Amino acid sequence: MVWQVGPDLGRRTDGVQYMSYATSLRCRKCGGEYPLQAVNLCDFCFSPLDVAYDYKAMSKRVSRQALSSGPASMWRYQDLLPVDGPVVDIGTGFTPLTKCDGLARELGLEQLYIKNDCLNPTYSFKDRAVAVAITKARELGFHTVACASTGNLAASVAAHAAKAGLQAYVFIPADIETGKVVGTAVYGPTVVAVQGSYDKVNVLCHRLAETYEWGFINISLRSYYAEGSKTLGYEIAEQLNWRSPDCIVAPSASGLLFTRIWKGLNELSMLGLIDPVNTHMNLIQASGSSPIVNAFKAGTLHVHPVEPHTIAKSIAVGNPADGYYALRAVRESGGTAAAVSDEEIVAGMKLLARTEGIFAETAGGVVIAGLKNMVRSGEIKRDDLTVACITAAGLKTQEVVSDVIQPIVIQPTLESFQERVEMSCVAAAEVR
Amino acid sequence: MSKRRVMFTFPPERIEEPVIYLLGHQFGVVTNIRRADVTENKGWVVLELEGTDENIDRGIAWVSAKGIRVDSASGDVVEG
Repeated sequence: MVWQVGPDLGRRTDGVQYMSYATSLRCRKCGGEYPLQAVNLCDFCFSPLDVAYDYKAMSKRVSRQALSSGPASMWRYQDLLPVDGPVVDIGTGFTPLTKCDGLARELGLEQLYIKNDCLNPTYSFKDRAVAVAITKARELGFHTVACASTGNLAASVAAHAAKAGLQAYVFIPADIETGKVVGTAVYGPTVVAVQGSYDKVNVLCHRLAETYEWGFINISLRSYYAEGSKTLGYEIAEQLNWRSPDCIVAPSASGLLFTRIWKGLNELSMLGLIDPVNTHMNLIQASGSSPIVNAFKAGTLHVHPVEPHTIAKSIAVGNPADGYYALRAVRESGGTAAAVSDEEIVAGMKLLARTEGIFAETAGGVVIAGLKNMVRSGEIKRDDLTVACITAAGLKTQEVVSDVIQPIVIQPTLESFQERVEMSCVAAAEVR
Repeated sequence: MSKRRVMFTFPPERIEEPVIYLLGHQFGVVTNIRRADVTENKGWVVLELEGTDENIDRGIAWVSAKGIRVDSASGDVVEG
């Protein structure tokens, strides 16, 4: 195999595989450097490791034109990701950025877009992160991957592992309804239901990661997993014709997605692909699981863990690994952080569905409810170009909006229809 | 012998107690502090515990029973 040097530093001449511009893993706290292996914490201070790149070399390769001529998926940004070999691609990314005039009118905004990550292959943004992590797992020689999840992550890992031909273990808390894991089990992973509290599952998974030679997606491979989420930020900028919006509103669980949207925008700016980033990053959590918002309101950068109690299970993370860094992104960008109640979440889901035809899961309801409150309070201004990130589809959390099912029952006759339905519609119109 | 990386979050009434010293002394666990922020009103410490699994589990149960929150130093692993 031949490697080119010079302008095409590190690029293979066969044009199929190439080396990435990633140079090392670097501790976000103390700056300690580590080789590009399956390790996620600094040995010295136990802080998370981040992928470092040779941006100077990268800037010679990437351009707006080169990126835009890539595939209609997240892999058009492969030059900005830490993967060397053939990628594991199930069609993730380049999801629609939809202008939402109906919802904008309802909220009092002039320019509102929804970044609709419901439309990823397993119906959530997790596909972005997992695609990079599984690709890296295969590069590093793992035959088995694993994760601990209550839903979206599990489905994504199982699907990507199936595509990559890797064995997958998915650990779920035993109290999850079996119906919730159909969308994971169908891909053929080994599903292990762990009895005990979520804390116990956390401890077990850390010990499994230390004991077995597996690529644990959100433990040992977390540094790579995180990088996949940057593509959400890249896509927003490209789809806005290479600019960053005035405001982004995104949900936060571990804080990872939020920090990587911010990192993605700033990388594009550093590479000269967009102007300096003036985007306000606005973070929303469910009030029943809002450790990052609590810290923001308290004016501290230390995130105290909480016990989650919310219907927004997909973002119910009590001890967020990237909470500190998410807070920093909020502060650096001049954004804000807020929490919304379970009732507001349900109302947000219904509002999005009713005005834009997008059925989001509870985390989407969190975003819409938070956006509504921020517009009302003036934190987001009427003329701000705003992007709301909808991270997963609503079919997985249908039960929280099941009260929408109120059919009008009729007899199979025209008279019955006219009597029950037309009268009902007239009455509803009079109420409006 | 095992190692476990944890974060202790202290309520105000426990800040002045030598909890980490007693944990090592009473349970045969080696404690190795890596990061910390302790004031008179609050405190958290990130540390590594080394010992037998049984001793670490007993020690963590003792710390938790004092009202000190014990979490993984690397955050929650179970994601949505």
